[in-house]
Amino acid sequence: MRKTPLNAAHRASGAKMVPFGGWDMPVEYSGLISEHMAVRKAAGLFDVSHMGEFEVEGPGALAFLQRTTANNVAKLVDGQAQYSAFPLANGAPLDDVIVYRRAADRYLLVVNAGNIEKDFRWLQEQGPQDVRLENKSDAYALLALQGPRAAEILQALTAFDLSGLKYYHFAETEVDSYSVTVSRTGYTGEDGFEIFVSPQLVEAFWKRLLDAGKEKGLVPAGLGARDTLRLEARMCLHGQDMDETTSLVEAGLGWIVSLDEAKGDFPGRAVLAEQKKNGPPRKLVGFEVTGRGIARHGYPVLVHDERVGEVTSGTYAPFLQKNIGLCYVPAARAAVGTELAVDIRERKVPARVVPTPFYKRPDKAAPTPATTVTTS
Amino acid sequence: MDPADRRYTKDHEWVRVEGDHGTVGITDYAQKQLGDVVYVELPEAGRKLKEHETFGTVESVKAVSELFSPVAGEVTEANTALVQSPEALNADPYGKAWMIKVRLADAKAVDALMDAAAYQKYVESEAK
Repeated sequence: MRKTPLNAAHRASGAKMVPFGGWDMPVEYSGLISEHMAVRKAAGLFDVSHMGEFEVEGPGALAFLQRTTANNVAKLVDGQAQYSAFPLANGAPLDDVIVYRRAADRYLLVVNAGNIEKDFRWLQEQGPQDVRLENKSDAYALLALQGPRAAEILQALTAFDLSGLKYYHFAETEVDSYSVTVSRTGYTGEDGFEIFVSPQLVEAFWKRLLDAGKEKGLVPAGLGARDTLRLEARMCLHGQDMDETTSLVEAGLGWIVSLDEAKGDFPGRAVLAEQKKNGPPRKLVGFEVTGRGIARHGYPVLVHDERVGEVTSGTYAPFLQKNIGLCYVPAARAAVGTELAVDIRERKVPARVVPTPFYKRPDKAAPTPATTVTTS
Repeated sequence: MDPADRRYTKDHEWVRVEGDHGTVGITDYAQKQLGDVVYVELPEAGRKLKEHETFGTVESVKAVSELFSPVAGEVTEANTALVQSPEALNADPYGKAWMIKVRLADAKAVDALMDAAAYQKYVESEAK
């Protein structure tokens, strides 16, 4: 079992640890629901150092990423990040990825922990030319500071003006004397940051952040809350809501597929172009269980007693106080309001297709420059 | 600590006997292992249970667990207040969050289960 540099600190703090994608990770500290609510109402700090980091550098970097990722990397400017995926010939994602442009010829890719080796091997097989491709996952620790008070908490520790850092932008700066990369990204549906820091310093930095944010309601939050938060925000989890058999368009990720002529060809482009034009045969939809019971990953989904698919992610949603989930259904059954049933331990429980995201933060317009973030 | 007025199973259920009736629930250790409980499913009165038979389900946000009856007998009452407010299981597993009352087929059979001290030792050995 692999461990992040914070493993000992998690264990010392009494966190409940579970195996996740080959890693020994904290699932909860004080309790899943209280951590979930802290992120919705104040802030939570997550150790996501298990995520993988690849550096792609050199004169061929842009061309290489244009043919190995689905989105249009040429649209990025220095200090900007982009949600994307490694597309396969069938239009499905090998993995989803965030591409960070540090300079015109220097990029950082952040990938899922359980897919690090697979992704890296695949990238090597795509024949990088004039590119240095390196798996630097052990050289980065990564924390996610998420919630409506995240900016206020972080701003108190840095001279860098966070109000100028827009969503999906990042900066290399100092936070309380630590050299870090701060990115305005996350996996919770809230405003917040993902912060790259040296593995040698991450334990001290983790404690510093928790101390600084304590009176503003910051708590450590585990993978349990991370999963319920991302599902309320309808963010897909690779390996559950999408995998090597589900096309990006089916998963609702057509918006990260660029058909821009200048981008050129990439695996699955023809399939994805056809599905964007004519619609995919099936769609990933959000549903709410209207009867009693919690839908879980793998439970069958029925329409008029006919099995149409299965739950890819399902949970009790702590903020919404509803039972929600995602599943693939034939495109004809995907309309909001469609009545479904979930087979919960051989009991057919009614459910209904609902609009997503299930949860949208109230100040979705924020962060906007200068006005919304108060420095203290 | 686990109350001394009842008996315990290796599946982390408890039963407290009064006359020919037993009240059944799950232990403090069990609720801690589960985490925040958000769903409880219990049987209707009249259901006949064998010892160790599944009588319901408890779910936390992350996990589903089956409930095993520590005793044989007939269910006379299920705690509907717990079904309405599953979070009571985290707050008061030995009190308000009892699950079912059972007319015991054999009140003596309960003596074969662990007492509080033996259960305590069992939990400590399991935690290692």
